[in-house]
Amino acid sequence: MHPAYSVIFFTTLTGAGYGLAALLGFGLADPAMLSAKLGYFLALGLITIGLLSSTLHLGNPKNAIWAFSQWRSSWLSREGVLAIVTFVPVTVLAFTNIFMGLHIGWLGWVSAILCMMTVYSTSMIYASIRTINLWNTWLTSASYLLFSVAGGAVILTALLALFEGGSGDMPKIAIIALVVAWVAKWFWNKRQSEGYGGSTMASATGLGHLGKVKLLERPHAMENYLTREMGFRVARKHAAKLWNIAVLMGLLVPAVMLAIAFGLQGSTTAILLSVVAVFAHMIGMLVERWLFFATAKHAVSLYYGDTALDVR
Amino acid sequence: MTTLPLATNKKLGLVIDLDTCVGCHACVIACKEWNTGGYGNALSDQQPYGAEPEGSFLNRIHTFEIVPEGGEVIDQSADSRVVHFPKSCLHCEDAPCVTVCPTGASYKRAEDGIVLVDEDKCMGCGLCAWSCAYGAREMDISAGVMKKCTLCVDRIYNETIPEVDRIPSCVRTCPAGARHFGDLGDPQSDVSILVAERGGFDLMPEQGNKPTNKYLPPRERKPLSDAVNAGFETANADNVGDATGFFGWIDKTLSKGSSNSKVGEK
Amino acid sequence: MSAEPILNLDEPVGDEVRQTTCYMCACRCGINVHMRDGKVRYIEGNRDHPINKGILCAKGSAGIMQHYSPARLKAPMLRTGPRGSGEYKEITWEEAMEKAVSWLKPLRESPKKLAFFTGRDQSQSFTSLWAKQFGTPNYAAHGGFCSVNMAAAGIYTIGGAFWEFGSPDWDRTKLFVMFGVAEDHDSNPIKAGLGKIKKNGARFVSVNPIRTGYSAIADDWLGIRPGTDGLLIMALIHELFKNRKIDLDYLIRYSNAPWLVIDAPDTENHGLFARDKDGNELVIDSKTGKTVSRHKKGVTAALTGKIKLKDGATARPTLELMAEEYLKEEHSPDAIAETTGIDAKTIKGLAAEIARVAFEEEIVIEQPWTDMKGEKHDRFIGRPVSFHAMRGISAHSNGFQTCRALHVLQVLIGSVDVPGGFRNKPPYPKPVSAHPRPHTLMHPFLPGQPLAGPHLGYPTGPEDLLQDVDGVACRIDKAFTWEAPMAVHGQMHMVIANAHAGDPYKIDTLFLYMANMAWNSSMNTRGTIEMLEDKDPETGEYKIPHIIYSDAYSSEMVAYADLILPDTTYLERYDCISLLDRPISEPDAVCDSIRWPVVEPEREGHEGVRGFQSVLLDLGVRLKLEEFVDLDGKAIYKDYADYMTNHLRRPGVGPLAGFRGKDGKSEGRGDPNPDQIEAYKKNGSFWKKKIPMEAQFFKHANKAYQDFAVEMGFFDEPSPVVFQLYSEELQKFRLAGMGLREPQPPEHLRQQVTDCFTPLPSWYEPFEEAGVDNSEYPLHALTQRPMAMYHSWGSQNAWLRQIHTKNPLYVPGAVCDEHDLKDGDWAWVSSWHGKIKVEIARMEAVNNKTLWTWNAIGKRGGAWALDAKAPEATKGFLLNHLISELLPPKGDGRRWSNSDPITGQASWFDLRIKIEKAEEGGTVSEPHFEPQKRPGNNEKTPIVLRFGQEWTK
Ligand SMILES: Nc1nc2c(c(=O)[nH]1)N[C@H]1C(S)=C(S)[C@@H](COP(=O)(O)OP(=O)(O)OC[C@H]3O[C@@H](n4cnc5c(=O)[nH]c(N)nc54)[C@H](O)[C@@H]3O)O[C@H]1N2
Ligand SMILES: Nc1nc2c(c(=O)[nH]1)N[C@H]1C(S)=C(S)[C@@H](COP(=O)(O)OP(=O)(O)OC[C@H]3O[C@@H](n4cnc5c(=O)[nH]c(N)nc54)[C@H](O)[C@@H]3O)O[C@H]1N2
Ligand code: SF4
Ligand code: SF4
Ligand code: SF4
Ligand code: SF4
Ligand code: SF4
Ligand SMILES: [Mo]
Repeated sequence: MHPAYSVIFFTTLTGAGYGLAALLGFGLADPAMLSAKLGYFLALGLITIGLLSSTLHLGNPKNAIWAFSQWRSSWLSREGVLAIVTFVPVTVLAFTNIFMGLHIGWLGWVSAILCMMTVYSTSMIYASIRTINLWNTWLTSASYLLFSVAGGAVILTALLALFEGGSGDMPKIAIIALVVAWVAKWFWNKRQSEGYGGSTMASATGLGHLGKVKLLERPHAMENYLTREMGFRVARKHAAKLWNIAVLMGLLVPAVMLAIAFGLQGSTTAILLSVVAVFAHMIGMLVERWLFFATAKHAVSLYYGDTALDVR
Repeated sequence: MTTLPLATNKKLGLVIDLDTCVGCHACVIACKEWNTGGYGNALSDQQPYGAEPEGSFLNRIHTFEIVPEGGEVIDQSADSRVVHFPKSCLHCEDAPCVTVCPTGASYKRAEDGIVLVDEDKCMGCGLCAWSCAYGAREMDISAGVMKKCTLCVDRIYNETIPEVDRIPSCVRTCPAGARHFGDLGDPQSDVSILVAERGGFDLMPEQGNKPTNKYLPPRERKPLSDAVNAGFETANADNVGDATGFFGWIDKTLSKGSSNSKVGEK
Repeated sequence: MSAEPILNLDEPVGDEVRQTTCYMCACRCGINVHMRDGKVRYIEGNRDHPINKGILCAKGSAGIMQHYSPARLKAPMLRTGPRGSGEYKEITWEEAMEKAVSWLKPLRESPKKLAFFTGRDQSQSFTSLWAKQFGTPNYAAHGGFCSVNMAAAGIYTIGGAFWEFGSPDWDRTKLFVMFGVAEDHDSNPIKAGLGKIKKNGARFVSVNPIRTGYSAIADDWLGIRPGTDGLLIMALIHELFKNRKIDLDYLIRYSNAPWLVIDAPDTENHGLFARDKDGNELVIDSKTGKTVSRHKKGVTAALTGKIKLKDGATARPTLELMAEEYLKEEHSPDAIAETTGIDAKTIKGLAAEIARVAFEEEIVIEQPWTDMKGEKHDRFIGRPVSFHAMRGISAHSNGFQTCRALHVLQVLIGSVDVPGGFRNKPPYPKPVSAHPRPHTLMHPFLPGQPLAGPHLGYPTGPEDLLQDVDGVACRIDKAFTWEAPMAVHGQMHMVIANAHAGDPYKIDTLFLYMANMAWNSSMNTRGTIEMLEDKDPETGEYKIPHIIYSDAYSSEMVAYADLILPDTTYLERYDCISLLDRPISEPDAVCDSIRWPVVEPEREGHEGVRGFQSVLLDLGVRLKLEEFVDLDGKAIYKDYADYMTNHLRRPGVGPLAGFRGKDGKSEGRGDPNPDQIEAYKKNGSFWKKKIPMEAQFFKHANKAYQDFAVEMGFFDEPSPVVFQLYSEELQKFRLAGMGLREPQPPEHLRQQVTDCFTPLPSWYEPFEEAGVDNSEYPLHALTQRPMAMYHSWGSQNAWLRQIHTKNPLYVPGAVCDEHDLKDGDWAWVSSWHGKIKVEIARMEAVNNKTLWTWNAIGKRGGAWALDAKAPEATKGFLLNHLISELLPPKGDGRRWSNSDPITGQASWFDLRIKIEKAEEGGTVSEPHFEPQKRPGNNEKTPIVLRFGQEWTK
């Protein structure tokens, strides 16, 4: 699939934003603390920028208003609706936190659940698509949710380190979240080998009983919307390299930094390392998200000549 | 209405005969021509005279080669074959492109099962194209809205055109007659009978979309080498071969006025 | 459901429908052009039209884009820079005409110095008339490089051939065998026919090295090695003889099988037909055993026997000679299996299937009819085996004989013009005797006079050749010389090369119409370009001093013209598709049609374009050509439409056969009708007259049909055809080759003539194959017509060009493996003559010695208003760079044309090549030419096209 930057930014930023908001909702930061206030601010910022960025890839944004109408069947619509709904508790909490130093516990829970539901909806936009086998698994949702939490945790850790002189147990939580998320992602990634799931050139053409089917001639000689959007290919070597970068930046660097920072709680180094962890993780996530699209193969590729499961 | 209708009154669709399609692309251009000035936005072309020309088409012909085991060794009349494969929207019964659509722009008509995009609602998110396994939807780059085969809904009911012509543009034009249009929900319709007779099949049934359009497979072939006995069983074994025997046969035949020759009747 | 949007489903297609004739190719289908707000909204097939009956191909539907192409020419232009530079200035029509006259007028004193050649033009009866009036012998259309072998072999053998001449009886045939066809001119009818065959459950066999297009849906595919079909067809004949599966009755009645052939070796009569003193061919009366005229009534001719003639020589019936020849072991399937690449069992099976269907699935139509001898028949009996063939067998140097073999095969099984077989389309069949002989001489031998007769015709022996006393060719293309004695369509592919070489003589003006000779229609494209650019070092003048060219678009060729006469598009002009020319009849109906300006030819801000035929008429008037001016020197015809209406070829016979006579009620013959064109328009731009049922079959010998033909004006007297299994014409040339008849060929051609002009179809190795080292060039390379492109002119079409934006070279799997090639690799391909670099694609369903590509996709950058970096120019390529107009030198210093030795047909498909993987990097096809400038036009082409957006709600 074509890795559109707007969508990559959208999912990574909102993922981290909702994760952060959810952790705050769970009350992981004292409302009196500056980091809680800034955390809300940051969460809302990430979510807003992410959502705005998502509209950039629309061909016809003036009709975007209709996107809230189909929540009964469409995950994208649900996500849209949930995103709007979620703004309410998050904004209220942000308000009470920032201006009143107050955390409303039950609303926090509602907010956290809504945040996770929104992330879940986002994940389901992808996970529900049968044509893209790599995505079409609960692991997609699991990794989206876990990455969201892990991202939130890493950010919150950094905030605590920056403004509160230490992060308490947050680094531990963040490290665990990172590891768990990446384990899920690792299982997800293994599914590459399944190719198109049950679909083959034989089933796509219905001609498999006659022999091995291969594309002789494309319908049109040059690219078209489908080949650019669905037929995007990243070289296998390239993908492997990027996967390593994603794991390095998204998991190893932040985890190690946070571990060291945990040991050096309160020091400037710890602060620095925590902040670096955030940026490393975000970079890792962007790469991960890029790969999420770029390595996903769409069943329509079968009509454009992809026979082997791993031609990339 | 992004949800699918529980049932449609008709299941209008196409039946495409892979044993007859010669891959001429007539249906591709007739479709473009009809639809670029018809339903919804024009089908645009980018760099039409440039280095990377590309445009929206609602129907495209793929060409596949099929090589049976051992068929690579071409001498003689080998079994490798080429199949031309037209593809447009299959107007699926369980159309994922409809349920996935956030705006309600994509819908399936309850009346006849045609899947359409209401361009006044489409925000161009592309999700429906992602959900279609067949590559039947294309975003028009200039208009930013999703385009797809309309089954020529603006022809088939159009009272301003003669009744015989109220069929899709691609079907009307197909020189080989490889495309058929009709109600696949009615088992008595011509198309349903054709599908039953010829073993029409679904594309990617495992995707669970229940396509309405059906494809007819290439007919089975019998090798010519099997025909020798049937054609030549009457050959006269004793004087087969040289010319002298042949002349004898002619003389005999002509004097008898046998089956091959009515000479001498008058 | 209430939430569904309400659609307006009753939007009218347009404001008006105008019916005319398609010219996106030469098939000439009827079209309904829907107009909206003065623009073309939609083009669809005309359901009533005899050719296409409503269907339309991709090109036809894309006519909109052709009409609105940015490559359309806009004004006459005069060259200002060197040839090829593309530097021109726009001039007025008056200036253009004056310029043309200033070049042409002086040539009327030595008219040979004008060479006027046209491409796939559909007004040849008019253009040839013009050339005849001018007095130049140098006129022909493109047939010589296209498929003259098929046409000539057909006419000489059965008085008709495929395509315009006839077609399979699609409705009734039960076995259809197709040789070497990718698309053909009859493109929509063939597709519709194949559809019918499929529907009826008939069997379809395709003989073709490549399995795409039509062959893809064949029930049986024979992937033959190129150039060997003659062997295959003769093996089929062998099998039919061997198994006694020939239609003796049919042969006796309709062919020259019983005619007596003289056996008098070393005399000038050897191998000719025995005749009585009145010139009637003799046969043996089977009752009396005596020779009698074949015309004698009540006689049953014998097919065997040897008889002594009055002069002492012996003679035997043709069929005996044939049996003797084709029963030889060398013609058996086993003997030719290896050379053809088709295994013997398959060949035997095909022969058996032909026999079974022909004789066991006989079709009967209960319809009494009478033959030319007055004998009454109760019914039509049909042998439902039909054939169709085109350039795959004709574009070889052994093509004429191969095509003849195929026609002979059809006669042997009795399937010519019978139900289920091949059916002639009026005005065919037409015997050779009803065709003219070629002419080059002025009448009465004075300059400034018209030619004594038509340029082209059918020679019946060496006496009809066109050489002067010294053996120098009369025509610039050397048609009708010993190099190409039966070049019935001329040899357009030799014109530029010969004119450049001054061989046989120099010319002054090359006048071309609608042929992209600087590109895809030339063999040796680069060489041709150089010849067009070449100057005489002494005078500094171009070797071909003047080039006038009429094109409608900015093709590669326009950049080489000195004077450009811009034509209209096909939607903007009058045209007539005439029975005098290349007719569009159907087997059961006579038809012709017109085109008319459904859109006005306007080019805002420019001088504008004019229909070429009208321009040619105007030139004719300015040059005072007899036919076109009255005694006062005034124009007889206002324009081409006027000519179409009022010109008379013979009394009562004009360009259009329909709606004749003052009241428009006459058909075929009749006075001119001033309202004829209006009548055509009202009738969908065509005219069709059904042939009476009793006249629909056996047209060659059917009294009712012959009478009908006379009534319609095809002939002035009945002209039945006797199928010529044995060709006396060929034998006459051969005798001359053997030194037994006059005039004789020059020494160096004797052997060739003796070997190739066999009176019974034969096979010889294609010349290029025979002339190059086959271990060095072990492979064949072919082109095929893409269905969605028409030669070079489809690439300017925004919709069609997206289908074929570039062309790979398809390479058989085995060859890929041998050379370590995979999809997308680049390779060097060379012939003895040239070398090209191309992208390859692997393919299995192809003869394992044959590589191929789509024809004419490669373009020169900048031509056709395309970007200089267009894939057509950077990745596309022409095979033409590998094909030479000459054969590999034989060391005798002569220029041997790469053509069929009988008809001069260009041997495009004899090409032999080798392939090597190219070095890494470099993904531009070679040779790569400097982009050319668009003559006289710097307007930007659109970067986005949204055709019809204004009509969408
Ligand atoms: N390698 C290879 N080469 C081949 C062949 C092959 O099989 N292989 N086939 C050969 C054969 S059979 C043929 S017929 C030739 C065809 O070759 P060409 O006859 O050269 O065919 P086109 O490229 O169509 O060029 C015809 C010209 O007519 C112009 N034209 C189009 N419409 C009009 C019009 O309305 N009026 C005027 N005045 N001009 C118009 C076009 O712009 C174009 O420049 O190619 C030959 N070349
Ligand atoms: N769409 C479209 N239609 C066209 C044209 C076009 O450019 N585009 N051009 C028109 C013109 S000018 C012409 S002349 C006709 C030509 O129409 P076709 O005769 O169909 O011409 P080609 O495309 O040259 O196809 C030749 C076929 O013969 C096969 N072949 C080559 N060598 C051999 C051989 O030795 N034996 C056998 N059995 N087969 C062989 C090739 O594989 C190919 O399939 O088409 C006309 N129609
Ligand atoms: S028009 Fe008919 S024959 Fe041609 S590609 Fe389409 S379906 Fe096939
Ligand atoms: S073919 Fe694709 S676009 Fe058409 S209904 Fe089915 S899923 Fe939707
Ligand atoms: S692109 Fe348009 S039709 Fe498709 S899902 Fe998005 S809004 Fe719906
Ligand atoms: S039915 Fe109409 S819209 Fe659909 S492919 Fe055919 S022509 Fe195109
Ligand atoms: S075959 Fe196609 S291009 Fe040729 S005349 Fe017919 S519709 Fe036009
Ligand atoms: Mo041609």
